[in-house]
Amino acid sequence: MKEQLEALQAEALQSIATTETIRDLQDIKVAYLGKKGSLTGVLRGMGKLSKEERPVVGEIANHVRTAITTALEEKTEKLEQAELEKQLEEETIDVTLPGRPVKVGGPHLLTSIVQEIEDLFIGMGYEVREGPEVETDYFNFEALNLPKNHPARDMQDSFYITNELLLRTHTSPVQARTMQEYNGEKPFKMICPGKVYRRDTDDATHSHQFTQIEGLYVDKNVRMSDLKGTLDKFAKKMFGEDREIRLRPSFFPFTEPSVEMDISCKVCDGKGCSVCKSTGWIEILGGGMVHPKVLEMGGYDPEVYSGFAFGMGPERIAMLKYGVNDIRHFYANDIRFLKQYHKA
Amino acid sequence: MLVSYNWLKKYVDLGNVTPEELAAKITKSGIEVEGVEYVSEQSTDVVVGYVASCEKHPDADKLNLCQVDVGEEKLQIICGAPNVAQGQKVAVAKPGAVLPGNFKIKKVKLRGIESNGMICSLKELGIEEKYIPTDIADGIFVFPEDATVGEPVDELLNLNDAVLELDVLANRADALSMLGVAYEVAAILDQPVKLPDEAVAVEESESVNNYISVEVEAIDLNPYYGAFVIKDVEIKPSPLWMRNHLMAAGIRPINNVVDITNYVLLEYGQPLHAFDYDKFASEKIVVRRAKNDETITTLDGQERTLTDENLVITNGKEPVALAGVMGGLDTEVTAETTNVLLEAAYFDAITVRKTVKQTGLRSESSTRFEKGVDPNRVKKAGIRACLLLQQYAGGKVVAGAAEFDELERTEKVVEIDTTHINNRLGTEMTTVDIASTLKRLQFDYKQDADQFTVHVPTRRGDITLFEDMLEEVARIYGYDNLPFTLPGGTGQSGGITERQQLKRRVKNFIQGAGLMENLTYSLTNEQDVKRLISPEVANVTTAPVALAMPMSEDHKYLRLSILPELLQVLSYNRARSQVNLGYYEMGSIFISAENELTTQPDEQLRLSGALTGTWSEQAWQQEKKEVDFYVVKGIVEGLFDYLQIPVTFSQTKLANMHPGRCALVEIENKTVGFLGQLHPTLQKELDLKETYVFDLNLEEVFTSYHAVPAYTQIPKYPSIARDIAFILDNDVNGGDVKQVIEEIGAPLVNRVEIFDLYQGDNLEDGKKSIAYSLLYQHPEKTLKDEEVEESYQKIITAVNEKFKAYVRS
Ligand SMILES: [Zn+2]
Repeated sequence: MKEQLEALQAEALQSIATTETIRDLQDIKVAYLGKKGSLTGVLRGMGKLSKEERPVVGEIANHVRTAITTALEEKTEKLEQAELEKQLEEETIDVTLPGRPVKVGGPHLLTSIVQEIEDLFIGMGYEVREGPEVETDYFNFEALNLPKNHPARDMQDSFYITNELLLRTHTSPVQARTMQEYNGEKPFKMICPGKVYRRDTDDATHSHQFTQIEGLYVDKNVRMSDLKGTLDKFAKKMFGEDREIRLRPSFFPFTEPSVEMDISCKVCDGKGCSVCKSTGWIEILGGGMVHPKVLEMGGYDPEVYSGFAFGMGPERIAMLKYGVNDIRHFYANDIRFLKQYHKA
Repeated sequence: MLVSYNWLKKYVDLGNVTPEELAAKITKSGIEVEGVEYVSEQSTDVVVGYVASCEKHPDADKLNLCQVDVGEEKLQIICGAPNVAQGQKVAVAKPGAVLPGNFKIKKVKLRGIESNGMICSLKELGIEEKYIPTDIADGIFVFPEDATVGEPVDELLNLNDAVLELDVLANRADALSMLGVAYEVAAILDQPVKLPDEAVAVEESESVNNYISVEVEAIDLNPYYGAFVIKDVEIKPSPLWMRNHLMAAGIRPINNVVDITNYVLLEYGQPLHAFDYDKFASEKIVVRRAKNDETITTLDGQERTLTDENLVITNGKEPVALAGVMGGLDTEVTAETTNVLLEAAYFDAITVRKTVKQTGLRSESSTRFEKGVDPNRVKKAGIRACLLLQQYAGGKVVAGAAEFDELERTEKVVEIDTTHINNRLGTEMTTVDIASTLKRLQFDYKQDADQFTVHVPTRRGDITLFEDMLEEVARIYGYDNLPFTLPGGTGQSGGITERQQLKRRVKNFIQGAGLMENLTYSLTNEQDVKRLISPEVANVTTAPVALAMPMSEDHKYLRLSILPELLQVLSYNRARSQVNLGYYEMGSIFISAENELTTQPDEQLRLSGALTGTWSEQAWQQEKKEVDFYVVKGIVEGLFDYLQIPVTFSQTKLANMHPGRCALVEIENKTVGFLGQLHPTLQKELDLKETYVFDLNLEEVFTSYHAVPAYTQIPKYPSIARDIAFILDNDVNGGDVKQVIEEIGAPLVNRVEIFDLYQGDNLEDGKKSIAYSLLYQHPEKTLKDEEVEESYQKIITAVNEKFKAYVRS
C-alpha cells in the first residue's frame, strides 16, 4: 500500500508538472483528491490494514496529500501569473499619443510680480493695505507735504475730476490714510499695491495707468540704515542673492532724506553695458525717511516717531526681470504675451 | 541744467578728475547726471588760418579761390561759403584732417582747380546747429583778430569740452547755476570755490537817480527790484570764450548785451533783463499787478492779454515786461542800442509759475524764478553783469542802483547734534566727521561739544529742518557708508486680510477653470462707458464719472463695467488671428449717484469674463467644443460652489445681450451680476464670433461668503439613487422643475442633478425631455423603500400639477 501511495504521488506530480491550463489542474485535483479521486480510493482500502500499519500508512497518505496540494497551488499561481501577464500585454497602448487637453488659465504678469513682492514683505512682517483709486486732493497731495502750488506737483501732472477729487497719482494716500487710522499711536509696517494714473501719453516707456507698490514703516527709532538693510534684502530676494544695491540721494516731498535705489546690472555684472547705460547700475525704486510734516499730519509726533517709506513700479521690475521692452504689452493683453508669463 | 566741464574749472580745481568720473561722483552725492556729451567729436588737423586772398573761381560763380596761411605753409582752398573774405581768420581743415562724422579731408580738384583743404563752419566742426548764431548758420566761422595762425582750433572753439547733463529736482534750485554746481562739486572734492569778479569801476560823476527811479506796488510779489544804467555800449559779438561757454550750456549767442545777461543768468542762477533805456520812454519803473485785459507785445512778437494774476514791469504808463517771464518788444535791445537799463529783481515763484502756465512761455529765466532764486545773489548778479558790460561792450556804468528793497535775506539756523544724527542714520559718525561735512559744504556753524548751530546759506533755500541737514550730512558722508540693519518687530503680524485672501482664491479658481487674467484701463470712452452695465449697477448710477480735462476721447470716463474693455481685448487678439480666448479681469468700477461729484465714487470690485471660440480642442477620441452658455454658467456655478454660496439664475433680457441667452445671477433674490451671450449685433460690430460673458459684483459675493463652517457629520446611512425623466413643454425651465423637486423632496432628497436633455424624434413637437437624478439620504436612519417610493410619487404629482409634465417611460 505504501508503494501504491508513492506511485500515486509520482504520477500526480508528473501530470501537474506537464499541465498548462488552470482547468486541467482543477481536473487533476478532482482526479486525485476529490471524493471519487485516486487518493481517496487508496485510503478507502486502509480498513484492511493492521492496527500497527494504519498510523504509518496514514502518515504517508497525509504526506502524499500535502505534496499534491502544494504542487497544485504552486502550479496554479504560476499559471495565473502567466495568464495575467499575457492579459496585460494585450492591454498595451500607444503612450506617445497626446493626453486629454486641460484648459489652462493663469495670472497676468503684473499680478504675479505684485504678489511676489507682497509675499516677500509679508515675510518681513508687513501687512497689505489698499485704498481708493479716486482720491481727495488732501490725501493724494496735502497730507504728503505737497501743498497746492508746490513745484513738485508738476512732477506728476494728474487727472482731476473736480477741484478736490482726482485719480490718485501714487499709492501714497494709502500711507496717509493708514497713519490717520492708527491714530499716531501704533507702530506698523505696511505695503500698499494698486493702480495709479498720470497724465502721460502712452508709449514704450509711459502709460497713463500703471501699477505701484509702496511700503511704510513707522516706529520709535527707525533708522536710515534699517531702510538700507530692508531694501537690500528685498533686492536680493527679487533679483538674486548676487545683486548689490546702492543708495543715491534724491528728492521726494514726502521723505527727507530721500533716496533712489540702484541694483548692480545683471546683464554686465556691474561692468557697464547698454542696458545700464554703461553705469553698471539700474534704478529700481525711490524711498527715504518719512518727512516730519507727513508724520505730523498722520498724527505721529516726529520727535518720538520716525519711519521709512519706499515705492516701486511693478511694470519696471517686470521689464527688468523678464526683459519686456514695451510697457504697452502689459495693457494690450495679447494672449501670446500673457501665455509666456502665466507661470511666472 | 547743462554744465560745461571747462567752464566749471573756472570756479573749482577739478584736478585730474575726468568728466565721466565727476559725473559719477555728482550722481552718487545727490544730483543725477543723466549723461556726459562732448561739444564735438574729436577732429584732427584743424587750425586757424589767415585768408591772405580771396577771388572768384574763374569757372564757378558760387565758389571762391582762397590763399590761406596756416603757419608753416600756404594752402590754396576753394570755399563755397558766402561770407568768406580776405583778411579773415578762419578754421582750416588741412589735407589729411578728419572731421566729425569721420569726414576725411583730401586734396581735390574743383572745376579744374586744386583745393588743398577746407574752410569750416561750426556745424562742420560738430557743433549742434541749434546753438550756432543765426548770422553764421550758413557760413564759415570767423575768429577774432587776435587768434594765432596755425593754432589748433579745438581749444579755441571749446570743441573738446564735456557737458554734464544734470537732472535737477525741485528741491535743488541752487544747482541751476554754475556757482551752485561749483559749491556742490567743491563739497564732493573737498576743494574751495573761486568766486567771480564783481569789482566794477563806476562813473562816480553820474548817479543812477538822474536816470531812473523804482516804485513797487505789488510788494508781496516783488520784494526786490534793482535797476542799473550802463551808457554808451557798443553792440557786437561777445568774446569767444563767452560764446563757447554759452553754446556748451545750450544757449545760442546773439550779441554781447544779450549774451552777458544769459551768461550771468547761468553763472549766478539769477535772471536779468536788459531794456533799451532810450526806448523806455520814462524815468520811472513801476512794478504792479496787470490790469484785466491789459495787453503787451512780448519779444516773440505776440500780443498777450493779461489778467490781475500777472505781474508786469511798466514805465509808469504801460507794461514793458512780463515780470520774470519775457520782455516787451518795444524796449528790446537791438543793434542800435547805446544805453542799457538792466533789471535784477526777485519775483514771486507762484506768480511766475501761473504766468508761465497761462502763456506757455517757459524759459531759462522763468524756470529759475519758479524754483526760487538766492536772495543774496540778486544784486550781485546785477553788478557782475555791469562789470562784463563794461569789459566786453565798452559800457560806462552809472554809479549806484535804483532799488526797491524789502527782501528777506537772513540765513536759516538749524540745530543738529551728533547723537541725534547717528540715531536717525544708524551710523557711528564722530563730531569731527560732522564738522568736516559742514566745512566741505561751506556752511557756517557754531559748535558746542557735539551740538552744532548751522547757519544755512541762502543759496540753499531747501534746508530749513533738522531732517534737511540730516540729508546734507548723510550724502556728503556717503550713503555707501551707511550700515545695513534690519528693523525689529512692531508687535504686529504681517499678512493679508480675509478680503485679500478671498481675492486671491477667486483668481486661483477662475484661472484653474481655464481663464487668463487681463489688465485693462479704468478710463474708457463715451460709448463703452454706457455698455454692458449690470442692472443693479445701472439702478444706482446717475452719470459716469468724467475727467475734468481728459487727454483723449479714448480715456475720458471711469468705467462702469469691465466687459467693454475685455471685449476690445478679444477683438485685438482676433485681429491677430488669436481666436480661441477665455479672459477674465478683477477690478474696480466707479459708481456715483451724483451728477456733479462732491464725494468719492463707490469703487466696486467686480469679476468679469469673456470667452469666445473653441473651448475644448479637437483631439483623438475627443470632439471639438465651442464655448456656449453652459460653459460660462458652469464656471460661475463652480465659483459659487467653491465658495459655498447658494446662487440662482433667472432668465432676463439686457441691452447688448442675446435676448434668449442671458441670465441674472442672484444670491437670495438679490441681483449680483449677469451672464450670457453677447447680442449678435454687438458681436458683429466688434468683429467677434459667438462670445459669452459674465460679470459679478464681488462685494456682494464676499459679503455672502462665510468662512469654513463647523464640522458636520458625514452621512453614515446608505443612500438610494432614483432617476426620473419628465416630458415638459419647451418653455418650461428645467431649473424651475428642479426647484420643485427639491422643495417637495425635502428633507429626504439630499441632492438633485439634471443629467440629460432630449429634444427630437419620439417626442411631440414643442416638447422636451429632461432627466433628473435624485439622491435620497437621511442623516439619522436607513431609509425604507416605501418612504422613498412615497416621496417619489409626491414629486411626480407635484411636477405634473405645476408644469403639466408627465413621466417619460
Ligand atoms: Zn549693464
